Amino acid sequence: MNQTVDARGDQCPIPLVKAKKALKELHPSDILKVLVDNEIAVQNLLKMAGQMQIYAERGKEDGGFYVEFHVEKEISPEPSAEETQCLLPEAKKEEPVKPRKKNTVVVISSSFMGDGSEELGKILMKGFLYALAQLDEPPACIIFYNGGVKLTTEGSASIEDLKELKAQGVEILSCGTCLDYYRLKDKLIVGEITNMYTIVEKQAAADMIIRP
Amino acid sequence: MSGEIQFCRTGGCTAKLGPGILDHVLKKIPRSQDDHLLVGYDSADDAAVYRLTDELAIVQTLDFFPPMVEDPYIFGQIAAANALSDIYAMGGEVKSALNIVCFPEQMDLNILGRILQGGAEKVQEAGGVLAGGHSIADADVKYGLSVTGTVHPDKIWKNNGARPGDRLILTKPLGVGIITAASRVKEASKKAVDAAVCSMTALNRYAAQAAHGCRIHGCTDVTGFGLLCHLNEMLGGTYGAKINASALPVLPEAASYAEEFLITAAAQRNRNFVGDKVFFEDGVSFAMEELMFDPQTSGGLLFAVDKEDAQMLSGKLKELGMPAGIIGEVTEPSDQKKGCTAGRIHVFA
Repeated sequence: MNQTVDARGDQCPIPLVKAKKALKELHPSDILKVLVDNEIAVQNLLKMAGQMQIYAERGKEDGGFYVEFHVEKEISPEPSAEETQCLLPEAKKEEPVKPRKKNTVVVISSSFMGDGSEELGKILMKGFLYALAQLDEPPACIIFYNGGVKLTTEGSASIEDLKELKAQGVEILSCGTCLDYYRLKDKLIVGEITNMYTIVEKQAAADMIIRP
Repeated sequence: MSGEIQFCRTGGCTAKLGPGILDHVLKKIPRSQDDHLLVGYDSADDAAVYRLTDELAIVQTLDFFPPMVEDPYIFGQIAAANALSDIYAMGGEVKSALNIVCFPEQMDLNILGRILQGGAEKVQEAGGVLAGGHSIADADVKYGLSVTGTVHPDKIWKNNGARPGDRLILTKPLGVGIITAASRVKEASKKAVDAAVCSMTALNRYAAQAAHGCRIHGCTDVTGFGLLCHLNEMLGGTYGAKINASALPVLPEAASYAEEFLITAAAQRNRNFVGDKVFFEDGVSFAMEELMFDPQTSGGLLFAVDKEDAQMLSGKLKELGMPAGIIGEVTEPSDQKKGCTAGRIHVFA
């Protein structure tokens, strides 16, 4: 049975406490919806879901926020040995249908988008990153190389959007060689520095690659 | 009595504005130049320092917040210890203090009396004199102090003087934010709350005194922005740091509360602000991560001390009963071998 918990007006940790309590009473394939009134509570709830290894989705509704916990298997504080044995094969069976997030990787190789006017390209790129931050299902990772690293460093118009993406759990990676080349290494504001091995691995493991 | 006060909503340093918001606003404030102002808010330091003569500077600070414990007397002590701490974090001595009070008119004045008594006792313990104050009728209780101290202009402990090789020492255990959050939802044990209260009411005076014989390159007190944001400030975007998570002092039961998700909004704000500068090695538990972002009300001093003096300082602090081991070190701007880059904090399990 699906359940909704209203934690609007509550300060952390109360939304988390309410959610945790409700989750204990849910059954496999149930959905728990927790209503909150601030972004930080959303982030804390997602963090909790991640730790509990429960799939969760965020959304906006009626001017507020919500986080939906999709309960896949029975949550019991300390399963007995017997229960564990029963649960394990079942859990394995379920794996293929588990609503796994698609592993989308965005690759950005320039600070502007498309051929033609560079000025227009910059505006387009800013719009692209803004729109990316608004997606219901954000990508797993964004890789910046060559001129792209100008977007993750000081002076970029997209810092706030990238921070938003980062807060949604998106991995933001900038190519170290490129930062060195443009002398931007100490100007990096969002995300981590990476190398060519990671850049190749991430793309090789992706379900889908987006190149604006 | 005190049980009826809406004392604990987002009390203590969890009530601070997020560091990101503050940065935005402060950047737009016009600043006038005065060569006598040795430390202003350019450096995001703990207190302002103004040079009067070549031998004497005054240290000024102001701190106040809503209650984070039910007992008004203890709240007074904590608010005062927290405000006084900024003087110690600059290497100064406390001279005088002024009360700042917001108090609902209809509330029992005995409660206000208890708050002020707790505060006054801490000012006395600090060796300072309470010189007055200002009060406002307000919907909620808030209390704190404006404190004035002195320091020799050449002996200021700025928070951004740390250099590579310096060892990092923290003088109070982490976890007061988590324990007070757990206490608000009645899930904290008495033992944990007592330990948190004991830590919050303790003056940083003794830690500062112990450090005066050592080569302190940087010092700050760890408060609302948590260990990692304060450490990040200390590194000033120039250096990196290595932190040994297993060496961090932690209050009893705080880690298990974090595992139960009894965590604060402020810790998440701190994570958002500085999280992308921190790299956690595999094996650093979720609870330890939370503790490193946990807002500390009246937290300890974080020293960047010359490595030659680190053992001596740690020993002196331990003799005073503080759990103050060496928790890490400041690293070169780009220490690729150790996985540290400029302004990067690398946390080992």
